[in-house]
Amino acid sequence: MSDQRIVPIVMPKWGLSMKEGKVTGWLLEDGSRINPGDAILEVETDKIAGAVEAHESGVLRRRVGEPDTIYPVKSLLGVIADPSVPEEEIDRFVASYVTPSTDDDEEEQGPKYEFADTSLGQIRYAKRGSGNDTVVLIHGFGGDLDGWLFNIDALAEAATVYALDLPGHGKSAKSLADPSLATMTAALSEFMEKLGIDSAHLVGHSMGGAIAMHLASEDADKVDSLTLICPAGLGKEIGGYVDAFVAAQGRKDLKPVLEQLFADKSLVSRQLIDDVLKYKRLDGVEPLLKDLAASLFAGQTQQDQPGAKLAAGDAPPALVIWGKQDEIIPATHAGNLPGAKVVIFDDAGHMVFMEKASDVNALIKAHVAGS
Amino acid sequence: MARKISMRQAINEALDQEMARDPSVFVMGEDIVGGAGGMGEIDAWGGVLGVTKGLNAKYPGRLLDTPLSESAYIGAAVGAAACGMRPVAELMFLDFMGVCFDQIFNQAAKFRYMFGGKAETPVVIRAMVGAGFRAAAQHSQMLTPLFVHIPGLKVVCPSNAYDAKGLLIQSIRDNDPVIFCEHKSLYGAETDVPAESYAIPFGEANVVRDGKHATIVTYGMMVQRAMDAAAALAKQGVECEVVDLRTLSPIDWDTVIDSAERTGHVVCVDEAHPRCSIAADVSAMLTQECFKALKGPIQMVTAPHTPVPFSPVLEDLYIPSADAIASAVKKSMAH
Repeated sequence: MSDQRIVPIVMPKWGLSMKEGKVTGWLLEDGSRINPGDAILEVETDKIAGAVEAHESGVLRRRVGEPDTIYPVKSLLGVIADPSVPEEEIDRFVASYVTPSTDDDEEEQGPKYEFADTSLGQIRYAKRGSGNDTVVLIHGFGGDLDGWLFNIDALAEAATVYALDLPGHGKSAKSLADPSLATMTAALSEFMEKLGIDSAHLVGHSMGGAIAMHLASEDADKVDSLTLICPAGLGKEIGGYVDAFVAAQGRKDLKPVLEQLFADKSLVSRQLIDDVLKYKRLDGVEPLLKDLAASLFAGQTQQDQPGAKLAAGDAPPALVIWGKQDEIIPATHAGNLPGAKVVIFDDAGHMVFMEKASDVNALIKAHVAGS
Repeated sequence: MARKISMRQAINEALDQEMARDPSVFVMGEDIVGGAGGMGEIDAWGGVLGVTKGLNAKYPGRLLDTPLSESAYIGAAVGAAACGMRPVAELMFLDFMGVCFDQIFNQAAKFRYMFGGKAETPVVIRAMVGAGFRAAAQHSQMLTPLFVHIPGLKVVCPSNAYDAKGLLIQSIRDNDPVIFCEHKSLYGAETDVPAESYAIPFGEANVVRDGKHATIVTYGMMVQRAMDAAAALAKQGVECEVVDLRTLSPIDWDTVIDSAERTGHVVCVDEAHPRCSIAADVSAMLTQECFKALKGPIQMVTAPHTPVPFSPVLEDLYIPSADAIASAVKKSMAH
């Protein structure tokens, strides 16, 4: 019985490759009252830094994880319990805690990645959760589904969540006859059909936002709601990011480009740069990205305006989220979709869903539940 | 994403994918099929350490078992390259290169220059390097400096499976002769390697660990030893940056200089003998280019100026150790 009142806070697993993480600092004091979604402590991996959030309510009774110390995934970092639980019981819980093997977990959860065959080539995707609502996460230009590492599991608590690699991205097929917004949208549409998804709540970042809006304007029945995170497609302006991303050949060129993504430049780790470089060096990626960039963003101008098309018709419920420090697509575009709810975070950039993961997750969950 | 394969498999995959992509790529070497005139299973060997296993069945006629005559088949490979093919010749041990120096130094390396840029020689010569394999003095040398010395040759020495695949693909696509050095003790080492084809450009060092107190510059098997030394030193509060050169010619001076200028302490680690080694080369260049940034004398950690011993005990002592690297870092930092 008593175990039910004691909830461990453990080292999270953000992404397939994460084996361990470093506690960088606690955000709450012992004895703090905690509600689900509260950020409790900060953790850093070789890829990214982020906050560990509470899934339960209670009181932070014990901080076990020491700052600047590395712990394996699932290690005990702290204890949440009701104030009525005696100290001795917390002591016993901490002393007897055994870190579960992460390998077993992976087997329980089934394959991390799956593939769907479409007429535009193989599409890699991940599926999490089993809720009634279906959410599809669509990444941006040069990104992949692993970019949702802080979001996918949180959103899967209340929904069935799919994240896909668009054609030419991640581990999806690297050749595409006509890289364009229409082709990308067709890929998304066909992907949904293949998996038997009649309609979904679409969450699109950057170019993925434009794709989501384009699908909503073409085939409204497939879209239950839209969450647009720093989306393309709501205005003409776009910075030099896309061209610089395509042109970057080595780490030195790529670092300043990737720094444009974040308000906090220190989030661009060596590992992140290496991962992007490894992707860019795969045969076929560079010419495909070049063609895609030329179709969507020639002359640093957004060529497609699915937002205007959507506004003219019967738009699904829309939520627009932006980081005010966005250096790639200006946050001023957020107001360009009439009827949409708009939330702008002051101290975040283009990757606001990473930099403000818990807030963004809560917004998406509420939007999906209310739509 | 995470698909771990060994360096042996990564090299096999690079050959496989380039042979599939480009019909002018073919492979020649001793026992790379089954041994000339050998009985039984035709694909039994795949080279002395099984690197080319399976390719003969997939690309019949494009893997050529050669006689034990390096001067003949390396010459044939160089000639085929000059005539538009992209041969990959496996020379087994780099130690055997002596008998075909003319084909490599005077022919392959000189064609582009002597024919006024009109000739290209896209040949790759793969060979095993390095000690620790109990293979004695004639099969264990790290002779990379000999080839770096020759203008017209490119010299590659990967430290892991990911780099081996991307660098070998780049070597095959490159229009100049490439000496591709494979450390025999690394064949079994596994890393994440994409199933897709990819090329890593030459002249780009890889900073495998960030650090602010000292820089360790190295390549090949010594990268892991440098990482071990850096991990040990980190526990004592010394943060080392480890630079894996990956390609020795061309060499990424920018990355080396940038790191040396930030840390001020440099240790050059090389499995070759000390005289005229890669370590000596990097030390000399850094002394010339960033003398003012140096806070202590550059240290070299190399094998001794002796043949590689056959005695296992002595061979282990011969190869630069993580302890020796860590001591060298401390020695520089004592200044």
